[in-house]
Amino acid sequence: MREKSPYDLRASARGIYGFFEMMTAPPKILAKFRLNGDEIECAFHPNKTLLEVLREDLGLTGTKHGCEMGHCGACTVLVAGEPVLSCLTLALECEGSEIETVEGLARGGNLHPLQHAFTTCGAAQCGYCTPGFLLSAAALLQVNDQPSNAEIKEALAGNLCRCTGYTKIIEAVALAAERMHESSDA
Amino acid sequence: MPDAPRHVSTATNADIEAAGTTASVNAKEPEGFSVVGKALPRIDSYAKVTGAAMYADDIALPRMLFGRLLRSTHAHARITRIDCRAVLGLPGVVAVATGEELPMRYGILPSSPDEMVFAVDKVRYVGEPIAAVVAVDELTAEQALKLIEVDYEPLAPVMTIEDALREDLPKLHVESRKPNNVHKEVHLAFGDMEAGFAAADRIFEDEFFYEGNNHAAMEQHAAVAEYGGDGKFTIWTSSQTPHYLHRIAAAVLGIPASNLRVIAPMIGGGFGGKTEPFQHELAAAHFARKTGRPVKFALTREEVFYAHRGRHPMKMKIRTGVKNDGTITASHVQTWLDGGAYGSYGVATTYYSGALTPVTYKIPAYAFDGCRVYTNKPPCGPKRGHGTTQPRFGFECQLDKIADALGLDAAEYRTRIAVDPYSRTVNYLRITSCGLRECIDAAVQRTDYRKKHGKLPRGRGIGLAASTYLCGAGLPIYWNPMPHSGAMVKVDRGGGVTVYCGVSECGQGSQHMLAVIVAETLGVDVMDVRVCAGDTDLTPVDLGSYSSRVTFMAGNAAHDAAEAVRRDMAEAAAQMLGIAPEQCGFANRRVFDVAKPDHYTTFLEVAQAAEARFGTLVGVGSYTPPENLHGDFKGSGVGPSPAYSFSACIAEVEVDLETGEVHVEKITLAHDCGRALNPDSVEGQIEGSAYMGLGEALMEESSFRGGLHKMPNLLDYKTPTILDTPEIEAIIIETDDKEGPFGAKEAGEGPLNPVIPAIANALADAIGARVYSTPITAEKVLKALEGADSGALRLRHGSPARAEAIQ
Repeated sequence: MREKSPYDLRASARGIYGFFEMMTAPPKILAKFRLNGDEIECAFHPNKTLLEVLREDLGLTGTKHGCEMGHCGACTVLVAGEPVLSCLTLALECEGSEIETVEGLARGGNLHPLQHAFTTCGAAQCGYCTPGFLLSAAALLQVNDQPSNAEIKEALAGNLCRCTGYTKIIEAVALAAERMHESSDA
Repeated sequence: MPDAPRHVSTATNADIEAAGTTASVNAKEPEGFSVVGKALPRIDSYAKVTGAAMYADDIALPRMLFGRLLRSTHAHARITRIDCRAVLGLPGVVAVATGEELPMRYGILPSSPDEMVFAVDKVRYVGEPIAAVVAVDELTAEQALKLIEVDYEPLAPVMTIEDALREDLPKLHVESRKPNNVHKEVHLAFGDMEAGFAAADRIFEDEFFYEGNNHAAMEQHAAVAEYGGDGKFTIWTSSQTPHYLHRIAAAVLGIPASNLRVIAPMIGGGFGGKTEPFQHELAAAHFARKTGRPVKFALTREEVFYAHRGRHPMKMKIRTGVKNDGTITASHVQTWLDGGAYGSYGVATTYYSGALTPVTYKIPAYAFDGCRVYTNKPPCGPKRGHGTTQPRFGFECQLDKIADALGLDAAEYRTRIAVDPYSRTVNYLRITSCGLRECIDAAVQRTDYRKKHGKLPRGRGIGLAASTYLCGAGLPIYWNPMPHSGAMVKVDRGGGVTVYCGVSECGQGSQHMLAVIVAETLGVDVMDVRVCAGDTDLTPVDLGSYSSRVTFMAGNAAHDAAEAVRRDMAEAAAQMLGIAPEQCGFANRRVFDVAKPDHYTTFLEVAQAAEARFGTLVGVGSYTPPENLHGDFKGSGVGPSPAYSFSACIAEVEVDLETGEVHVEKITLAHDCGRALNPDSVEGQIEGSAYMGLGEALMEESSFRGGLHKMPNLLDYKTPTILDTPEIEAIIIETDDKEGPFGAKEAGEGPLNPVIPAIANALADAIGARVYSTPITAEKVLKALEGADSGALRLRHGSPARAEAIQ
């Protein structure tokens, strides 16, 4: 007796793959981005998400995945300054855009104030959600360098962390904001 | 073998104290420490904030293939046919494998080897691996799975504890000699139970249910395996226990363990979910050998919910006799554990569901009956608090009921019956340092508990609970006389220090902990220390990051190793300074005369002089727990620990009486961690415990419908977001444990346990009715409000039939 399961496990969890029956990857295309300040050119299969292209085709494994369904925020990167879930974004959509990942936060060997604050406050434990939090927070601080705790929480509401209880992450973002505000005043 | 005093850092402490009192370098430091006790940034945090930290799925090797597992779509069925012939015809597919190729049965516990890499003949849960394909990319492997034909002959699924105790349903494991699906029974009694209950003025009996839940670590499990021309394997995997994988993978692959190297890179959170060998790890190694190419298996989030090993759903019946002043005369705890389809750590979980109850309060007579059953669900295993979290929920809720009924202040009551430092429990467990009363007092004081409890307006409440946890299991899984943890410290001629230890960094801060201990002992900066961890080839064995054992055990091993190097360096420095070796103090990258701190030489110069005199500067250390930790009875191996941590939690809640929604306003959590080696890290563990406890109390559940997991994704499986998480206040209570490294105990698991009952007790305070099961959903709160104290919702059909053998 061979039966088809009403619930096809194999197709359900792989994001876009699940929609295609026996899909084979379409030919690669060549696209240009501005990635962490550099003009880059990359060939990839056009069905790939930005997350996959960053991690697999460009070797930038700093961007993490925790669900590949847009639930956890671990894959957050900035596209044109806005935080996006790279697991739900086709790389092709970002052609010609400015993309920022965790690898681009530090400048010339100096940590970004957020990175510095995360180490100072102990806001990174296992560190897996950290890149996503850093970029969500960076997007916040770009538009609001004196956020209240409520504003910090609102901006980070799409990022899950299982280690810290969020407490030290909020502290770290507030500390970074304070330092960035002070240095912009100076 | 090492007894207690061997690990007391007498020499070091004496030196440091001397240095602290006389040396200006240390004058401002607490108790003369220069590294210990400081809230320094974790040494591993820099790689983590820059994206440089490598996790298993970040590893890519040339020619690497990608694997996917074919998983069962049935909860319980015989496999009558698997046909993989079509698979190899798909371009890009390199190999396929089914269970016949890996016929060895294994299990993390030697007492229940009931798992196989791929199911053969029978599947026992939806999501169980049956076969696997490797291909040039993940998409091709995924597509290839669709070409595998599997014929199933469905069997009646066993989905609940009650089902599993019936004798008319099919057995999951036919080789079991039991008439039903009972996996393990435990019956233990200590002290005079009859006299205890006879002496009681009041007897309280309650039933509770604790729902199962998943660790949901942010990183999904991944493994990469490589097989070399020399016949040697390397597996990189997100494992909290590389040593156990090393052991079991060698057996499953049929190779000598010396031909296998297991490396745990950075682990993106574990919480117990990555503490045993998983099918994808073993499959990766198998395919690496089969194809001669590196192979990666990375689980999807849905698959993580099938790999599971999460908290056991547990039914509990707790019967406690008390005098009118609340003094406990006897207690009887019964537990039924829903184990899922395989053994996992279940035998240990069953024991743990009874073992630690007497470690928190004085109980002169104690009996425990535990029963773990097999059901057609993903296997349950250890999650933070392993087996002790569920009974702690029940026991602390019952204590509040007792306090209520007897008109006692719940906080004063708990401190009155709390265990004493340096005592033995009725089940022979040895308690050393104990800050339980201090924890309760601190939390009570900080929250004004006494002014609020029972006095807040309806809908608002405050609740207290306390708990205890291990600092590592006193006995290893595989009984042998070898150390539980080993470490090696090397000082190079450039002044760098490297510590080698098998611990797995799963976020808890084990690498930083090792660096702190070694830096303090050798008087260098914590950033001067490199940690080489979690590599079965390069590092001495550490049993793994579970049971909150790493700080205590690996910490002691590293301390001994650093002490050994320090002895050589002190010899060399003594000659340079013209003083006795015992006169040498080590701090701030200097070695100095403790009587005259200005008389010093640099650490670098001493390192070079010592290497010239003694050769390569290496020290080794190891830790074996003392032997006097437990009683002499079957099952005495679970529960003993060289030390116990203690915690107390107070939760303040507001309940919407219309919707039943519980809003936790604040969690105050005091924890006795021994000495805090890095207070920031300890706070981080306490805060994370408060958060995770909140999730378990209010929302997290692994529940099933028709054999299917209802919520195998992070959207439906609710975890608290930053907006759901209340203000958390962590209070560190320090005790100086004589056997811990620099007095440290643990902080990773203990603080979680009291959070769940504290929230339940706060709810009872708020609405005058109790919810006896987790998660405490709005629906249950409304029902409790309607029927005020109607009993355990999940147990409304009565308590489960006892397994026959339970007397």
